[in-house]
Amino acid sequence: MPTLRTTTLTALLVATTFAGAQSKKVVFLSGQNEDVGYTRIISELAREYQKQHPNVSYEYQNNTTDMTQKLQLLAGSNNLPTLYSIGEPSLLQQLYAKGEVVDLEQTFKRLGIANQLNPVAVDINKKLEGGKLLGLPLELNIEGVWYNKKLFADNGIKEPKTWDEMLAAAEKFKQKGIQPFSASGDQGWPLTRLIGGYAERYYGSDAMDRVKAGTLKLTDPGFVQAATTVQDMGKKGYFGPGVNTVDYDTAVDTFLQGKAAMFYMGSWELRNFNDPKRNVIGASNIGFFNIPAVKGGKGTMNDWSINTGLVVAVNQKQNDAALGDWMKYVFSNYGTRSMSELGALTGFKVNKMPANVPALTTMTQRKLDSAKKGYLWFEGYFSPKATSLSQKNVQLLVTGDMTPQDFLGQLQNGK
Amino acid sequence: MNRVLSDWRAILVFVGPALLLYTGIVLIPILWSLGLTTYEGSPITGFHRVGAANFVRLLHDATFFKALWFGTRYAVFVSAGQVIFGLLLALMYAFYLKKTSALVRTLVFLPVVLPTVAVAQMVSKLFAIVPQYGLVNSALHALHLDSLVQAWLGQGGTAFWIIAAMDIWKAMGFYAILLYTGLVDIPEETIEAARLDGAQGWSLARFVVLPLLAPITVASLIFSLNGTLKVFDSIMALTGGGPGNATTPLTLLFYKTSFTYSEYGYGSTLALTLAVQCLIVTLLIFWRARRSGA
Repeated sequence: MPTLRTTTLTALLVATTFAGAQSKKVVFLSGQNEDVGYTRIISELAREYQKQHPNVSYEYQNNTTDMTQKLQLLAGSNNLPTLYSIGEPSLLQQLYAKGEVVDLEQTFKRLGIANQLNPVAVDINKKLEGGKLLGLPLELNIEGVWYNKKLFADNGIKEPKTWDEMLAAAEKFKQKGIQPFSASGDQGWPLTRLIGGYAERYYGSDAMDRVKAGTLKLTDPGFVQAATTVQDMGKKGYFGPGVNTVDYDTAVDTFLQGKAAMFYMGSWELRNFNDPKRNVIGASNIGFFNIPAVKGGKGTMNDWSINTGLVVAVNQKQNDAALGDWMKYVFSNYGTRSMSELGALTGFKVNKMPANVPALTTMTQRKLDSAKKGYLWFEGYFSPKATSLSQKNVQLLVTGDMTPQDFLGQLQNGK
Repeated sequence: MNRVLSDWRAILVFVGPALLLYTGIVLIPILWSLGLTTYEGSPITGFHRVGAANFVRLLHDATFFKALWFGTRYAVFVSAGQVIFGLLLALMYAFYLKKTSALVRTLVFLPVVLPTVAVAQMVSKLFAIVPQYGLVNSALHALHLDSLVQAWLGQGGTAFWIIAAMDIWKAMGFYAILLYTGLVDIPEETIEAARLDGAQGWSLARFVVLPLLAPITVASLIFSLNGTLKVFDSIMALTGGGPGNATTPLTLLFYKTSFTYSEYGYGSTLALTLAVQCLIVTLLIFWRARRSGA
């Protein structure tokens, strides 16, 4: 009878294997806490889906170390999770070239949910990711300067239209003993955004595209002027004391507690601006203006810095039917849920507009709709190395320990 | 004993597992890293041979020389501090506090067992300027020395001294114990005899105690220098190498080069220079110690 026994055993094994193939585990790795922003919405939807489909389980992993390093090590050992946040578009393209990343436009079309995507958000992502949609547009942000309306009114200052007006306002605040800008030098990028913003106004909204194409150099006069201006702002103390030790949350709180007049930030912070527990100065007290114009510059205040937030990629090796159904559920509901729960703008369609959208969100949405041209952040096209150099060395730039020429020269070489 | 050591099976049992582990997690990665110095790339982009290009690049890399200089300066100051303060503490335990030193020894040793990250958190709060003044800045403010209130950790110059002070404070208890055991080993009669000959205080220390303590002092120096040349955690936790790269030693630089910039080959080359530096320092100390011993 050994043959029969073997056959039964084989049949059993085959049966288990098939059962195993049907159960699926979706793992989402992100550096963001699970209870905020897009991680919260995805986790909520995924858990709902798990209730209806117990064979598709979900796990959220919070990464607290350097994300780029972690991803490189995971990719090197073939262990990438199902979904993951990824900060450098250049790294994402490398992974795509290795067949690790899902082409989302194709996949969404196949799943019949392509109409859930906002075309503007798709365009921004494709521009960033070498012509393919490799990242989920989980946010749709515009960036600019948020300001404390009361502080402006009390000191007789109007919303600045030019860079010079903005600096004059800053000087006035400083004289009155009010910190002009809140900024996280620990993060670095809130400072390099100002350099990028200035350059966009100087050269026009295609400045960084031209740098990428090689027709413009980061060492050209417009960039030197931009870096010099931001350096002067730092040396004059416009960013407050010890800007390089200010971490992200401290910068947010400094502004929301009324200790600084202006704050360059993206609209993803609306979730905190709309949170009365954190926002001491009140949501109605916050105004918003675009990076002001530069004398003789080609860019206008109709060009906005627009992005879709930290890119989230999907693992091609796990892109099967079960994941397709999961994505269909999660991303058909994502836009609506984000709006109703967080008042957040995303790159997904809002199928049912909630009754009470916060005023600040509506205002931001209007500015976003009015945008004529969008441009990416300063380091959008940079390599991981140049990105790191830019965000680290800007600390030396604003304290005057590095010249603008040296700062830009290193970026031009490292890009 | 000789019988045991001539039995290859005994050797295999005693040394084998440790050797296997050591080979697997130390020797092979070292050789691997050595091999990588002639390649460039990362596991994602793939590797390609570049020959000696990484070494040529090293010679023209200002960031490398800056990190080398920072690391060396740091190692010299911190090792000197750790061993000198350790020695002073040990002398205090042995000659001043004598039998009652247990409590002081414990207190001074305590920071050694604390996790570096926790210590760094404490120190960064101590020297904070935002969102509130830390202890140091508040004290300066209270004494009306507001011109001295500054971002201690946000400037390369002051950050260096804070990192150095923290690492000296954290490790001096360890070297104190090490040197104290050496002091306890010096026979009482020798000291008595020196005292009868009229040696006391400084001359007793200079001509009797310190020479007898030399071997253990050399060992401490080697420990300390190799530890401080390879400093990583305290700087990572305190400043992350910043502002800019003002407090970046070689360890942080090759870590960043490999894992953030995806340049595994050049990262390995940087790591090799650190290994060579450690080797040179150790050999120098040995050579010096042997010459003065002879």
